[in-house]
Amino acid sequence: MMDSTRDPTVGETLRKHGVTRRGFVKFCTATVTAMALPPWMGAAMAEQLRNSPRPSVIYLSFQECTGCFESFTCSFSPTIENLMFNVISLDYDDTLMAAAGDAAESALATAMKTNFGKYVLIVDGSIPTGASGACCTAAGRSAEDILREAAKGARVILAVGTCSSFGGIPFADPNPTNAWPVSAIVGDTPIINVSGCPPIPEVITGTLLQYVTTGEIPDLDEHRRPKAFFGNTIHDRCYRRPFYDAGKFAKTFDDEGARNGWCLYELGCKGPTTYNACATLKWNGGTSFPIESGHGCLGCSEPGFWDKGSFYEAQSTAKWGRAGETSGKQVLELVGATVALGGVLGVGSAGISRLHQTHLEKDRNEDVTKDEP
Amino acid sequence: MNVDLLSFARGPALKFALGIFCAGVVWRILAFCLLRIRRDFNRPRNSMLKYLWTGVFATASRSWPHPEFIKRTGAGEALGYSYHMGLFVVILLFGPHIAFLGSLFGITWPGLPSSVITAIAVVTATLFLGVLFRRVTTPVIRMLSNFDDYFSWFITMLVMLTGLAASAHLGARYETLLAIHILSVDVLLVWFPFGKLMHAFYIFPSRAINGAILARKGAAT
Repeated sequence: MMDSTRDPTVGETLRKHGVTRRGFVKFCTATVTAMALPPWMGAAMAEQLRNSPRPSVIYLSFQECTGCFESFTCSFSPTIENLMFNVISLDYDDTLMAAAGDAAESALATAMKTNFGKYVLIVDGSIPTGASGACCTAAGRSAEDILREAAKGARVILAVGTCSSFGGIPFADPNPTNAWPVSAIVGDTPIINVSGCPPIPEVITGTLLQYVTTGEIPDLDEHRRPKAFFGNTIHDRCYRRPFYDAGKFAKTFDDEGARNGWCLYELGCKGPTTYNACATLKWNGGTSFPIESGHGCLGCSEPGFWDKGSFYEAQSTAKWGRAGETSGKQVLELVGATVALGGVLGVGSAGISRLHQTHLEKDRNEDVTKDEP
Repeated sequence: MNVDLLSFARGPALKFALGIFCAGVVWRILAFCLLRIRRDFNRPRNSMLKYLWTGVFATASRSWPHPEFIKRTGAGEALGYSYHMGLFVVILLFGPHIAFLGSLFGITWPGLPSSVITAIAVVTATLFLGVLFRRVTTPVIRMLSNFDDYFSWFITMLVMLTGLAASAHLGARYETLLAIHILSVDVLLVWFPFGKLMHAFYIFPSRAINGAILARKGAAT
């Protein structure tokens, strides 16, 4: 018999919504498979979900474009509604919630107080600290203040998107708002970065689901990203990889190579240095991903992707200059200046050597004169 | 500005290295060419046209041992030419290298499949090991070798090995391997004008000059 004084568990909620035991186990198995977890995790996840109350999730949006949240809502497996109605309790999200103003802020305060130490905090967007935090405020408080307060009671923080993970576009040179990633502001609470601009929907929901169902932080790479999704480069799993190995590269976006689906490396594809699941999970329910659509990877899930030069220059190319691009003019300027310098040094060295030669000849002539009878 | 190792390697480090390379090469070539040549008061054995032609001819004829010495030095020379050809093929016909050179000079050309380049690079690296073995085991060559020879060998080998590791994604993340590869190229470019790698610029002119001088000397018959 269900205790009416406590929150219903996930299992109880699912039963209430008519989800059968078989359907529930299938859901757990599919989730485990999608996250590349060991098979025994399916049973463990089902057990954990059945007996746990739906965890409170607080979603904070700071200096961002809402693209990550758009992506979050587009997840096919698990869907956002499935997550919200069956697995998590989304207690605060200022984009999605009907409440506004004081009612919304009150919901946030209540969720933080009631679930202190237990809730999952999702952060979307970078945190601007310039102009005393005035670049991004909500209810009269700076993003930094809100984050610091919310982070105190969070069990874990999911930094969703490249802006919250690594600073993203606001962090890019010249960083006018002095923006920082979550990890630069929060020190004590564990952080899982789910980077991407935006991240793949299933990577956001999959990471969230994995955490709330297992209660454990997944294996992370050196950028604190789940290895299940960020363990391989896009290049490693790209269907165009055989063309790279065969040395067949598209030279322009409308040449024969591009039409034949050849490798986009020379058109600036950042797949070889970008760790993400685009080439395997793809987008829009596995429909396609940027490279499949004929455009190179921008490397949006990597730190500092906006400052790494042109999106359309191969990664093996030279790169310098203010804009991070090396033009023929810049190369000519460099070669011209250094050749001129070399010329001056060469003429100078030759002059010194000639003086030395003259002295030697003079000494030799004097010696010959002395030796003459 | 967020600058990682790869951005540093292909950005400021490459710019610095390329600058040192250009300045150093021009410096050394000019300092050599502008030296005063001792006047030769002898009457030339041949016409100027003849000894200039002999200079050009000597550039080719001196590039392979005389039949009398072929047993003694032929294998060593063949080894040297083989790895040089391997190096040129890898440098000039690998797609990412073409993209790199294209970014500097504005022209590109067709390349070879990456698998073929990898095979050639492995053979070239093996030959390069053979060259070191010959240098160390042949008493005369060993005696003539100094730090310059060994460091020039080391830095060239480092570029080859890091390039192989980067293309095969061996040992570390691709961006780290690529950064190390480009950094090793940067070091090679800085070292180039000041070490024996300058033979790339000197070897054929010096053969031509020797041939021309020898064609001028001696009594006309």
